Amino acid sequence: MKVLMFGWEYPPHILGGLGTASFGITEGLHAQGDMDITFCLPKPWGDEDKTAANIIAMNCVPIAWRDVDYDYVKSRVGNVMDPDTYYKFRDHIYADFNYMNVNDLGCIEFSGRYPDNLHEEINNYSIVAGVIARTQEYDIIHAHDWLTYPAGIHAKQVSGKPLCIHVHATDFDRSRGHVNPTVYSIEKNGMDNADCIMCVSELTRQTVINQYHQDPRKCFTVHNAVYPLRQDLQDIPRPDHTGKEKVVTFLGRLTMQKGPEYFVEAANMVLHRTRNVRFCMAGSGDMMDQMIYLAAERGIADRFHFPGFMRGKQVYECLKDSDVYVMPSVSEPFGISPLEAMQCGTPSIISKQSGCAEILTNCIKVDYWDIHALADAMYSICHNDSLFHYLQDEGKREVDQITWEKVGLWIRELYERTLGWRK
Amino acid sequence: MKTICLYFEIHQIIHLKRYRFFDIGTDHYYYDDYENERSITDIAERSYMPALNTLLEMIKANDKYFKVAFSLSGVGIEQLEMHAPQVLEKLQQLNETGCVEFLAEPYSHGLASLINEESFAREVKKQCEKITEYFGQKPKVLRNSSLIYSDDIGLQVSQMGFKGMLTEGAKHVLGWKSPHYVYNCALAPNLKLLLRDVTLSDDISLRFNNSDWDGYPLFADNYINKIAAFPEEEQVFNIFMELSALGIAQPLSSNILDFINALPACAKAKGITFSTPTEICMKMKSVSALDVPDTLSWVDEERDVSCWLGNPMQREAFNKLYSVADRVRIANDPRINQDWDYLQASNNFRFMTTKPSNIGLDRGIYSSPFDAFTNYMNILGDFINRVNSLYPEDIDNDELNGLLTTIKNQGDEIEMKEKEILRLQTKIEKMQASEDKLKAKVEKAKAPAAKKAPAKKVDATEPSK
Repeated sequence: MKVLMFGWEYPPHILGGLGTASFGITEGLHAQGDMDITFCLPKPWGDEDKTAANIIAMNCVPIAWRDVDYDYVKSRVGNVMDPDTYYKFRDHIYADFNYMNVNDLGCIEFSGRYPDNLHEEINNYSIVAGVIARTQEYDIIHAHDWLTYPAGIHAKQVSGKPLCIHVHATDFDRSRGHVNPTVYSIEKNGMDNADCIMCVSELTRQTVINQYHQDPRKCFTVHNAVYPLRQDLQDIPRPDHTGKEKVVTFLGRLTMQKGPEYFVEAANMVLHRTRNVRFCMAGSGDMMDQMIYLAAERGIADRFHFPGFMRGKQVYECLKDSDVYVMPSVSEPFGISPLEAMQCGTPSIISKQSGCAEILTNCIKVDYWDIHALADAMYSICHNDSLFHYLQDEGKREVDQITWEKVGLWIRELYERTLGWRK
Repeated sequence: MKTICLYFEIHQIIHLKRYRFFDIGTDHYYYDDYENERSITDIAERSYMPALNTLLEMIKANDKYFKVAFSLSGVGIEQLEMHAPQVLEKLQQLNETGCVEFLAEPYSHGLASLINEESFAREVKKQCEKITEYFGQKPKVLRNSSLIYSDDIGLQVSQMGFKGMLTEGAKHVLGWKSPHYVYNCALAPNLKLLLRDVTLSDDISLRFNNSDWDGYPLFADNYINKIAAFPEEEQVFNIFMELSALGIAQPLSSNILDFINALPACAKAKGITFSTPTEICMKMKSVSALDVPDTLSWVDEERDVSCWLGNPMQREAFNKLYSVADRVRIANDPRINQDWDYLQASNNFRFMTTKPSNIGLDRGIYSSPFDAFTNYMNILGDFINRVNSLYPEDIDNDELNGLLTTIKNQGDEIEMKEKEILRLQTKIEKMQASEDKLKAKVEKAKAPAAKKAPAKKVDATEPSK
C-alpha cells in the first residue's frame, strides 16, 4: 500500500510532540514490510532517518518552471533530494506561480518552524503539495495536524484518493476554549473533507465530534505510543534517593495548556508540610516569568528550581534524576512525556484531562484543578517507598507494552476500511 | 440424613473520608459520616430488612424445621446501632425463635489473625461479649473475617475454646475430597471445620440473576434436587454468603427471596434438614484432618489473602498498621481503640488491590488503588503519631506494660486503702454517734463524771465486733 503523508516535523529536528508522533507512526507502518510511505516535510535538514519513509523536501519542489542544469540542481538540493526527482516534479507544475516569491530553482522557501507568518507558510505548503500530489503515485493520503490539512485536501481534490487526517491536537486544547477563528476554520475544513479522522485520544475524539460537529462514524481513536529507550539513555544511572531529598519534576512548555501554575501551588502545599522535597520546573514558555514570580511570592523559591529548556539527553537525565514526574495539563490531546518518564522508571502523576490517562493504569491520575489531590499524590510517592517502587516497576512494564508497531497495525486497518478493502 | 447449614455474614465497614497529608496532626476524625449513613441505610432497606423478614417468616412457617446462622462484625453492629437499629431489633426477634445461631468473629473484620495472635484473641472476645449482650448467646463456633483459615489459626481458635470454625471448601486444599463432610484442624483435632460449598453458595450469591449462566433460572426444587442427588454419605451442605447477596448482589427483582422462602418446603419433601453450625459440630464426627499450611479465604479465584496483601503497597500498609498493635493494646485508650477497630477492617486493604478480578470491585471514593493507598497511609500516619504520643516512644512495650501494671496495681491498692479508710471513717462516726448518745443519757441522768467509764468500755469492745 502506498501512502502520501504530509507532516511538519520529523526527528531529529523537533520542536514539540508532533515530530515524535509522526516518526512513530511512520515506523510503525513501515514495520509491516509492505507499506510504501512518502513523507512530505517543509524543510528537512538531510540528516533524517530515511529507512521508514521516502522524505520529500517541500522547499526543493519547483512550482515555477526554471531551466537549470543537472549539476547546479545537484549542488543546491543534493543533500536532501535526488536531482532526477526535481525534474520529475518540474514536469507536473500545474499553474503559473511566477508571481510568488520563488527562488532561482522555482521553489518556495520554508522556515520549517512555527513563524509569525504561519498562515502564509501553510498556504505555500498547500501549493507545493499540489505538485507532489500530481507527481506521486499513492493509494491514500494521510495529513498530520492542522498545518497540513489544506495540503491534504488539495491532494485529495487532485487525485481523488481518500484523505485521512490525524488530529494530534485541536485549537480547543491550545487555547483553553478561546479558539482562534482562522485556525478553527482550517481545522474544520480539514475534518469536513476527511474520509477518516484519526484522533490521538478519546478525549480529542469527543472534541472533534462535539466542537467540530463531525460524524462519529468516521472518527477513530488512535492512541500514541513510545519508542523503546536507546541503549545510551537506558544506561544513564538512576540516583538512589532513599532517605534523601526527593525531586519532583515538571517538564514541558510553560504555557497555559500545560497548567504549570497548578504545579507551583501544589508544590507550595507540599513544602508547607515537609522540607525534604525539591521541585524542578524544566522547560520554557510564555508563562515562565509568571511562574518564577509565583514561586517567589509563595516563598518557596529556595526549593523550586527552573533549569530552563532541555533537549536530547538532558531530558532523560532530568527524568532519571526525579522521583515523581508531574503533568498537570489542563487539556492534553495525548501527552507522550509521562510515558517517557515511566520508561525511565519515574512514577508519574497526570491529569485526568490528558489523553494518555485513557491507556495508562500504573500512574496516579488527578483532576488538574485539584491541587490538594496533586499535592497529596506527590507527598505519598515521596514518603511511601512501596508506592514508589510499585509504580516504578509496574509502570515500566506497562509502558513497554505500548508500541508503535501496534499503532501501525491499527492505522493500517483504518486505511483499509477507508479504502473499502475491508469491512 | 442430609442437612443444610445456611449462614449469612453481616458486615459493613466504617467508610474513611478523604484525608489529605496536610490533615495529619490537625484532624483526628477519619470517617465519612454521610457515606456511612447513606450506605448502611441503603443496604438495610434494600437487603437486610427484606431478607431478615423472609427468614423470620420461614422460621415461623416451618415450625423449627428451618434454621439459620449469622455472624456480625463489631463495626457492623456499631453501624447498625447508629443508622439502622431496626435491623438489630429484627435479629433479636429472630433470636427469640430459638432457630438462629450467632457466630463469633473478629470485632473489626480485620486481618489480625495473620500477624498478631493477642490482638486477634482480644478482638474475638470483644465481639463475643457484644453478641452475648445483644442476643444472650455465647458463640461456640468461630468464623474468621472472609473465612480466612490456616492450621495455625485453627490451633489458636481451638485454644480459645471454640468447638468449630467455618472456612472455604477451596479446591486446592480439598483436592479429591468433598466439602460435604466435617473435617478437623490438622494441629487441633478437637476443632471441627465446616467447609463452604463453593458451587452451591455461589449459585445463589453470584449467579442467581445471571441470565447467561447455564443454570438460569434457578428454582428451589432444582436446587434441592441437586443436593439430594449427591451420594448418601455426603451429608453436610454448607451454604455461606454475605447477607447483602440477597438484595444487593442479586436484586430483589430477581425474586431471590421467593427462592429462599421455598427452600425449606422443597428440602422437607426430600428429607433434607437444616442445622446450625454448632449442631453439626456436636452431632457429626470428623472424617479426617485437613492440612492447610497456606492461608485460604473465600475471596477471588485464588481463595487466598492476595486481594488484601497481594502487592507491596498493601503489605506496607498492613505491616505499618500492626506495628503499633501491641502498643494500642497496652495503652488501652478508648478513642484509640475505636479508631483501631475501624482502621483494621480488611476492606481498607481490598481497596488497594491491583489484581484483575471478574467480580466488580466498588472502590468507593477512591479512583484507583494508589488513591486508596495514599488516603489510608495519611490516616495511618496520623493514627500512629497519636498512638506514639500517648507514652514516650523510648519506653519499649514490655517496659511500658510493666509500668502500666505497676500503676494499675498501685491504683488498686490505693482504692482498697480508700475503701478501708471509708470503712473506718464510718465506724468512727458510728462510735461518735453512740458516744454522743451515751453522753446525752448520762447528762439526762445527771450522773457524776465518774460514770463516763462504761462508755469507754464500750469503746474498747467495739473493734472485736
